[in-house]
Amino acid sequence: MAEREKILEVRDLSISFKTTAGNVNAIRGVNLDLYRGETVAIVGESGSGKSVTAKAAMGILAKNGQVNSGSIKFTYTREDGEKVSCDILKMQKKEIREHINGKRIAMVFQDPMTSLNPLMTIGKQIMEGMIWHYKTPKEEAYKKAVKLLELVGITDAEKRMKNYPHQLSGGMRQRVVIAIALACNPELLICDEPTTALDVTIQAKILELIRNIQKKTGISVIYITHDLGVVAKVADYVNVMYAGKIVEKGSIDEIFYDPKHPYTWGLLSAMPDLNTADSRLFTIPGSPPNLQKPVCGDAFAPRNKYALKIDSRVEPPMFKISDSHFAATWLLHPLAPKVEMPEELKKRIIRMKEEAAV
Amino acid sequence: MKKYIAKRMFVSIVTILIILLLLFCMLQFMPGSPFNDEKLSEAQVQVLNQKYGLDQPIVVQFVNYVKNVVKGDFGVSYSISKNTDISKLLNTRLPVSFRIGGQAVVFGAIIGIMLGIAAALKSGTWIDSICTIVSVLGVSLPSYVFALAMAYFLGYRANIFPLLYNSAEAFASSVMPTIALAMFSIATVARFTRTELLEVLDSDYMLLAESKGITGRTLIVRHALRNALIPIITVLAPLVVDLMIGSLVIEKIFSIPGIGSLMVTAIQSNDYNVTITIAFIYSVMYIVLMLAVDILYGVIDPRIRLAKE
Repeated sequence: MAEREKILEVRDLSISFKTTAGNVNAIRGVNLDLYRGETVAIVGESGSGKSVTAKAAMGILAKNGQVNSGSIKFTYTREDGEKVSCDILKMQKKEIREHINGKRIAMVFQDPMTSLNPLMTIGKQIMEGMIWHYKTPKEEAYKKAVKLLELVGITDAEKRMKNYPHQLSGGMRQRVVIAIALACNPELLICDEPTTALDVTIQAKILELIRNIQKKTGISVIYITHDLGVVAKVADYVNVMYAGKIVEKGSIDEIFYDPKHPYTWGLLSAMPDLNTADSRLFTIPGSPPNLQKPVCGDAFAPRNKYALKIDSRVEPPMFKISDSHFAATWLLHPLAPKVEMPEELKKRIIRMKEEAAV
Repeated sequence: MKKYIAKRMFVSIVTILIILLLLFCMLQFMPGSPFNDEKLSEAQVQVLNQKYGLDQPIVVQFVNYVKNVVKGDFGVSYSISKNTDISKLLNTRLPVSFRIGGQAVVFGAIIGIMLGIAAALKSGTWIDSICTIVSVLGVSLPSYVFALAMAYFLGYRANIFPLLYNSAEAFASSVMPTIALAMFSIATVARFTRTELLEVLDSDYMLLAESKGITGRTLIVRHALRNALIPIITVLAPLVVDLMIGSLVIEKIFSIPGIGSLMVTAIQSNDYNVTITIAFIYSVMYIVLMLAVDILYGVIDPRIRLAKE
């Protein structure tokens, strides 16, 4: 493999939100790396802090959000061809908008039904970013917008340019949102649950589209989702997030075939599957902790049937399993009792491997 | 779009006719007659009724009336200013009322929208609090309170504006009534603009626009304000009606020779024709405004414009 070039490096990111009920520590020390041309997926249940991490990188945190510590180092190529690194968290909002947003990092949002301006033609919305950042002449921007629409698989692109969002279906709108994101040739694309609001057949098509675009343009992608099925289709690396922390990270094969963290076991067991003998779908008992209170020990311990005594007192560090595979669970400590993943999951992984081999 | 406008126009005309009929019927059912003078004998009243066509069946009276209205002839005044054409009576008064009303609408809408924008963009700060105070005052205090306060401070104490309407200084004497009238609109529009704009600012498409890197005035005007404006236009039309009602009082306070004060006099003296005419003018104004709003919707909102094609 050629030398991997790091494009995004998140270190020790900690974010809290001021609410009427008190401070919520949504992100508690997240580390994340992304290399050029690769796809990293962030998986976790609602409220685990997936979107907040992405929004921090875009400088679009909600008003009550506050970054307590950490850095987001982003490396990009300037107009003159020079490579520049900057810490997005240290930049003024204005600078982020001018140099980063749309131009170098673009985002695709969850709900295509509401993320387009209803009063602007889609053509104008695609052209807007180019004209804003690069003062592209209108004709040139128009031509590029038509090309982008064709790239994202919209037929009759010229005609569609004059359409308003309400004249398009949900799947088409999401394609338009992707076209908008690609308008300024960004180096990093953040997809925040881009298929959650779409039905399954459209979902598959959008995933394929993002995969294809990545092959064609070499763009790096952060893929945020709660759907492990989606992760399997798009990602090179997976970060499993729980209660504002990354609890396990690894390559896609490592996470799916050799998971180490009990939370990842739970997530994998909770995937709907036609071959499971049990007629009931497995769920992880309990619910995520209230992040208004400081978490003592491992946040997952109360829901974890494999929890050790130490889990309730000391937070586990990241244990290294391989060069790319890490997990934060005391079960990996050399002195810990040997605990195997559940039998049912073992069988399932064997099945998944067989399916993948076919 | 054309079909949509044509349909809206047709509905408007039918509405105007129905209003005319209702007004006509209501006045028929009211006790008293324009010839209530005790000195008139029965025979004389009959002659008068005949002269003005009041002895004919109601339906005929109505048809005749509609015919004349279309020609611009509202008949003559019965008692306020005997036998004067109503159109003549209105000629001098309508421009005065329209001027003050129009000024109040424009002033109220502009100041209201600006206040609302300031409050929404700076929500939670002292600017927002000031806007809230202005809104609460404007909505809860009736316009004559402002009129009297201004008359005392600006008219009597500071002597900046004339206390009573004076056609020689038409603009100077219209300032205080305009502000008094506009207070309610300012308050309502400001409150509405603030709510709508806050909602739009919180929407997904604003987040997308921001994530594109759009900032500053372009972000607010192109993406937020246009979307917030649609519901604001809706409240503007009914506000104009409130202005008309408010003008009845304000015209009295500043003795403005407008149609508001004329209407009050006409009702008191059972002058059917004048009352019906002014009520009719108010209704037509309202319907025309509603029509304008509907057409404006189509212009601003492609969802309406294109759905009707």
